[in-house]
Amino acid sequence: MRLSKTELILLGVAVLLAAGGVIAPQWLVFLLTMALAKAMVVQGVVMQMRAGLVTFGQGLFFCVGGYAVGMSGHFLNITDLALLLLIGVGAAVLLAMLLGLLMTRYREIFFAMLSLAFSMILYGVLVKSSALGSTDGFNVKAWTLFGWTPASGQAPLALFIIIVACSGLLAVLLHRYSRSSAGMMCEAIRENEVRVEYLGQSPRWVLYMNYVAAAAVSALGGGFMALSAGHIDPEMAYWITSGEFVFIALLGGTAHVAAPFIAAILFAVVRTYAIELVPHSWQMILGFTLLAIIVFLPKGLWSLFTGQARRAKA
Amino acid sequence: MNCILETQGLCKEFGAVTAAKDVNVRIHKGEVVGVIGSNGAGKTTFINMVTGYLKPSRGEILFNGQSIIGRTPRAITRAGMARSFQVAQLFPQLSVLDNLLIAVSAAQSPFPSLLAPMRNASRIAQADAILAEFDISRWRDTQVTAVPQGVRKLIDIAMALIGDPQMLLLDEPTSGVSAEEKTALMDTVMRVVAQHQVTVLFVEHDMDVVRRYVSRILAFYSGEVLADGAPEAVLANARVQEFVTGGPNAHKRAAQ
Repeated sequence: MRLSKTELILLGVAVLLAAGGVIAPQWLVFLLTMALAKAMVVQGVVMQMRAGLVTFGQGLFFCVGGYAVGMSGHFLNITDLALLLLIGVGAAVLLAMLLGLLMTRYREIFFAMLSLAFSMILYGVLVKSSALGSTDGFNVKAWTLFGWTPASGQAPLALFIIIVACSGLLAVLLHRYSRSSAGMMCEAIRENEVRVEYLGQSPRWVLYMNYVAAAAVSALGGGFMALSAGHIDPEMAYWITSGEFVFIALLGGTAHVAAPFIAAILFAVVRTYAIELVPHSWQMILGFTLLAIIVFLPKGLWSLFTGQARRAKA
Repeated sequence: MNCILETQGLCKEFGAVTAAKDVNVRIHKGEVVGVIGSNGAGKTTFINMVTGYLKPSRGEILFNGQSIIGRTPRAITRAGMARSFQVAQLFPQLSVLDNLLIAVSAAQSPFPSLLAPMRNASRIAQADAILAEFDISRWRDTQVTAVPQGVRKLIDIAMALIGDPQMLLLDEPTSGVSAEEKTALMDTVMRVVAQHQVTVLFVEHDMDVVRRYVSRILAFYSGEVLADGAPEAVLANARVQEFVTGGPNAHKRAAQ
């Protein structure tokens, strides 16, 4: 597999980030782990935005990934991280394959509302399930990896290195996807679905594949979140959680695969400091941040980089 | 000559409005057919039915002897019947080259690859070749929104031709194009479609354009085929003059 310059940079940044984790304070390692897990979910939102669809229900797959990991440990006694994540992704893929049959019939606000409805259905089911801890959720068992059990102090750093490695690989894969025929066809559908149909391509099939792939990526984020936080609850499927993913997607923009990662880290930092500074109205700080981004950088934070590149060319 | 497209008793009603009434047409391979008619005569409805965008209320459509009623536009495109649009249907935020590459990719497979790059040497060569055929290579890397209307029309037709269709339906290829550009645009289009040996059916309002390029005319009026035949005969038809062209010397009067 030959790597392009962009892919080498993405992997290089991942290596630097992982190395930085070794010397970083534990609170920062935890913050970055959570941010990267959320960034994976946001990648799913962005994949659909590139096809012209806004989802207000990506929390569904975030939650499915998290609960599949938690339940596999709780009920099946599975602790292997790789297997747990695989189960989380597999569960989301199966659900997306089913829901996608319906979802891909809808566009615009109808798609957005239907996605929201499905995530809220899951939320409703989970809050009523006493076996799954109802509104409190339940704790996730400590993980192992291919027989290795990290010591209690090592686990956060080890998980950080694993999530950084996965993020690097995911970034490369999504970068390739965005430039593939399927990825470009998503952009074409956003621009003009009728033309795509008259080129002999099925927009619904392309959107279906994209929906399932986005669910898989988001479930991976949910799985990592469960393992990192050590706890899952129905809030993962709540509409505010899904709204947060859309917020981060808008913050970063859809122009590059790195944008959601940068936006998720910035979001985590802004939120942490906003809570610290104004504990009762931190949402206001986030609101102003989004307002500033929409007004000054309507194409998201990534336009800072592309703008610089354009100026450098000129 | 072999019949490539045949419609039998084709009807389309939108509530109380009849847009197509018992349309019986046979198009033969290699023909260049012009479709004329005033606004609301049923020309675009006819094209939309034939390309699967609208389902006929009654009647049959045979393409290469096979019924295509109920097939999706993409299935009909894949069967070999492509179309362009009255308003060019492109991907405006993308470059001209990317528009064509998407068309090449779609023509190659109904299942696009998830990881292999869309831009590869063979696709780019194919896109460049069609740009050269239409003489629009200099617009290759320009975003579609910055391209003039006449060039957009050519890109629209080029995208339709990329899948090597047997038949091409052009819905008003010169609409929105200035009078000076029309002839040059149609000369280019007809030269390229002749090279590709495609059967052509095009809707057009400009009688000079129709006379210049077609071997046969279908005149529509109120959803019906009013006349069908050689251009001289159809344009001399008294009913065509009354309901479609506006009198025997209408185009001359308009020119004056």
